[in-house]
Amino acid sequence: MTRPSSLAALRAILAKDLRVELRTLQSVPAMALFAVTTFVLFRYGLDRESLSGGLAAGVLLATVLFAAIIAINRLFVAEREEGGFDAIRLAPVDATALLGAKAAALVIYLVVLEAIAVPAFGLFFLDSWSGIPPLAAVLLLADLGLAATGVLISSIAANSRARDLLVPLILLPLLVPVMIAAAGASQELLAAGGPSYDGVLRWLAVLAFYDMTFAAVGFAVYDYLLED
Amino acid sequence: MKVPSLRANAIAATLVLLAGFALVFFYAPLDTDQGFIQKIFYLHVPLAICALAGFIVGGLLAIAHLRTGDPRWDARSYVAIHLSIIFGVGVLITGSIWAHASWGKWWVWDEPTLVSFLIVFLLYATYYPLRYAIEDRDRQGRYASVFAITAGAFVPLNFIAVRMAESLVHPRVFATANGGLPGSMLLTFLVCLAGMALLWLVLVRFELAAKSASASLSRLRRALDGEPEIPAQGSRIAPGVPSSATSVS
Repeated sequence: MTRPSSLAALRAILAKDLRVELRTLQSVPAMALFAVTTFVLFRYGLDRESLSGGLAAGVLLATVLFAAIIAINRLFVAEREEGGFDAIRLAPVDATALLGAKAAALVIYLVVLEAIAVPAFGLFFLDSWSGIPPLAAVLLLADLGLAATGVLISSIAANSRARDLLVPLILLPLLVPVMIAAAGASQELLAAGGPSYDGVLRWLAVLAFYDMTFAAVGFAVYDYLLED
Repeated sequence: MKVPSLRANAIAATLVLLAGFALVFFYAPLDTDQGFIQKIFYLHVPLAICALAGFIVGGLLAIAHLRTGDPRWDARSYVAIHLSIIFGVGVLITGSIWAHASWGKWWVWDEPTLVSFLIVFLLYATYYPLRYAIEDRDRQGRYASVFAITAGAFVPLNFIAVRMAESLVHPRVFATANGGLPGSMLLTFLVCLAGMALLWLVLVRFELAAKSASASLSRLRRALDGEPEIPAQGSRIAPGVPSSATSVS
């Protein structure tokens, strides 16, 4: 029996999602706009013109986290409205291909978002950019965690009545450890007197542990979300 | 193994809890530092341990639900989480009282266990809106189980993260709640913990029994009225319980 491999299915779904996003531009530009506007809000909310340390980390990560909610809310819109869930159920492929593809798409959106939002953040608030390159590792691990939990919750919410409400409601408490670890690492990297690396590795380890745990949970339970 | 009856379970819970509180007030010594208020520890910590264990048990029951597809496991998982959330309200209230008595503030952020508990509580509080948002019974049960498993994995992870955030700022000796307790206090604590665990179990079994009784009742009523058999309705959030779901072993 020739079955399309899960990897081929994953690639096909991912390519479809990226093509849709490139043609409609409905998630990433909205996230970027949201992030930049939020920075302006923080500038006045905190009444600060430059940020460093914990405050910088908090503003950047809270903004990225909330911007991620936008994409996570929209992740399964096409599947729900155009019958994509049924197509996946009918297709002789593993349901986890959908999970993997959506998680990969989300990570790509977030990386693009950060490629816009972090320079904007640096421009607006940072005195020194030396902490930015190592920050990339923190953000990437945070993105993986966001993707692992985000796809799971988004699939749950997509098939419920209160979908736009459920995603932030369930996801935000789930993301508290990501915020703790990412902020713990970033505040060292964005410290006022140039980056320090105290405890950064430990926080990266926590993030990696979080990512792996929820990737494993998602992998184990995802089939049950598509069953009907 | 024969499961003790609900009545025996209830009597045991009452006796052990009464014994525990008798020990708290007449046997356990006063804490030299904190004095009388320290005795809330014998209520607060067992409540917290039972609530957290209950959340984990809810996750394990959810695994059984997904593996077997039997709605009874979903009902058990729901009741376990439901009662743990109720215990959780007690934990936050007693913790807050304790914080006020020891530090003069109703809430302190540098007590990692309390903060972790709040985060876990906030996550589990979304269990009800989640169930409420999904109409189809079967799907509601499956999604709730996926949530229960995800959240069950989240509980230990969250405790690690919050504890680390604290210990990086000012390192603390990793002392567990009963580490370094004098024997009399430890004994009292363990009796209270056992009593609280029995109470949790009684309440879980009681709620399951009540649900299953009301399901049988409405089935009988419909049969009397000569109406056609329709699936159990009950409330829209709580799963219906087939009549044989009362035994949780």
